[in-house]
Amino acid sequence: MVYDPGSDVIEVVRAPEPGAARSTYRAFGETLRGLKTTLARWAEGPHTYEYPEHKTPVYPRFRGRHKLHRFEDSGLEKCVGCSLCAAACPADCIRVVAAENTPDNRVSAGERYAAVYEINMSRCIFCGYCEVACPFDAITMGHDYELSDYNRSNLIFTKEMLLAEPLERAPLRKAGE
Amino acid sequence: MTLFAEVGYAEPWWIQLLKALVIFAVIFQLVPIVLLAERKVLGRFQHRYGPNRVGPYGALQPMADIGKLLFKQQFRPKNSIGWLFALAPAISMLTAVAVMALIPFSDTVDIFGTKVGLYGIDPSIGILYAFAFGGIAFYGLMLGGWASGGKYAFLGAMRSAAQLISYEVAQGLALVGVVMMTGSLSLTRIVEAQSGSGNVWYFIPQFVGFVIFLVAGFAETNRPPFDLPEADAELVQGYVTEYGGGRFAAFYAAEYVNIIVVSALTATLFLGGWNVPFLDPPSWVDPIVVLVKTLVLVFLFIWVRATLPRLRYDQLMSLGWKVFLPLATLNALVTAILVVVL
Repeated sequence: MVYDPGSDVIEVVRAPEPGAARSTYRAFGETLRGLKTTLARWAEGPHTYEYPEHKTPVYPRFRGRHKLHRFEDSGLEKCVGCSLCAAACPADCIRVVAAENTPDNRVSAGERYAAVYEINMSRCIFCGYCEVACPFDAITMGHDYELSDYNRSNLIFTKEMLLAEPLERAPLRKAGE
Repeated sequence: MTLFAEVGYAEPWWIQLLKALVIFAVIFQLVPIVLLAERKVLGRFQHRYGPNRVGPYGALQPMADIGKLLFKQQFRPKNSIGWLFALAPAISMLTAVAVMALIPFSDTVDIFGTKVGLYGIDPSIGILYAFAFGGIAFYGLMLGGWASGGKYAFLGAMRSAAQLISYEVAQGLALVGVVMMTGSLSLTRIVEAQSGSGNVWYFIPQFVGFVIFLVAGFAETNRPPFDLPEADAELVQGYVTEYGGGRFAAFYAAEYVNIIVVSALTATLFLGGWNVPFLDPPSWVDPIVVLVKTLVLVFLFIWVRATLPRLRYDQLMSLGWKVFLPLATLNALVTAILVVVL
């Protein structure tokens, strides 16, 4: 018995299609058009930023390396060691150990201060939740994004590193740029 | 006694040896240039700079690449066939360079009172010689893929065999028109037939042959849009999948030598070789003219690579057998009739 697939199977006719000469001519023309297109791209010149020499400017809200802040008038640290940033951190990369301020050792403006403040930059996802969580604006996100290092332990940023004036290596985008 | 073929002009053996060395040196100077040019030009076509870190304008990039490849460990799969695996890149390289001996950079010239032909050899069967080595070249890919002992390499080798055979037919037939118009297979004769007043470069009367030869040349050198033997997306790298280090460098360099050879052949056969229109420059300009024409065609190779996507396998076959072969046959037929009638 001959196998009959029924009407479900569509028969595909494999035969030379008509108009071969015209389609060959068209293919040739389209090829030339494509060559013209690519040559126009050549004429436009490169659109590349040559990165290490030429850095793309970042937006003001860019979330880069963190900064810890001091009060400008008194020089006291803004951080009071409340650990809200550590609690908000989804990557669990902030470690805060708080200590009491004493009259002869006053570090922060509040009752307590952060004796240890470490951010593990190899874990940080730069979400900015720490900045949002902070009740005293003590921690903000900076603009520096060149954070690579040869050693993993060098990526644990201590309080001194975060308090120090960071190198602003990334240019800031100006209005309208 | 004629051993293989009549030779137009033969110098003493020491000049021939010198010529061989010079041709080899020139070709191996051109390979890194074309390597770099390919990457730079391709970059420009894609709005990039291309390599520009190693040396001034990235000029030392090919050196760095080749150096890196040569210092790599020689690796061979366990189930490969050792001596064939090592032989294949050598065949590829040898056949690619051998055809270069044919390219005439000028007619015979006097250098310090010695008559020297600025070509490796000028046999009366010039084009046949080129196609013979082209035929051997495909053993390089075929054996390389087969001896690797891997399925991707084998598939790539199969494809390259089918592709090279298909397009060699069309390429050969495309040249028949030129040969009939000249009445000779010798490349210097063909160039001379394109020189002088009243004669035009063959790409005008043989335009169809020119286009077919060039497109078949893309296929013969496994260049995009005909790079199916490599086809990185589906076959990893085709016949070079299992190769690394120096042997891969040989395949890699052979590909670029092939590009130069096909470009130089096209320049010789269709673009008038060392002739310049409306001018009669001194003979020392001739080699430069040939090189410039070759490099312009190399640019075309890169340009086409930047433009066209890879063909599907059945499209490749139908283009070769259903379009180019009939077209080349028709071209040969029409040329034959016109040569007889006119």
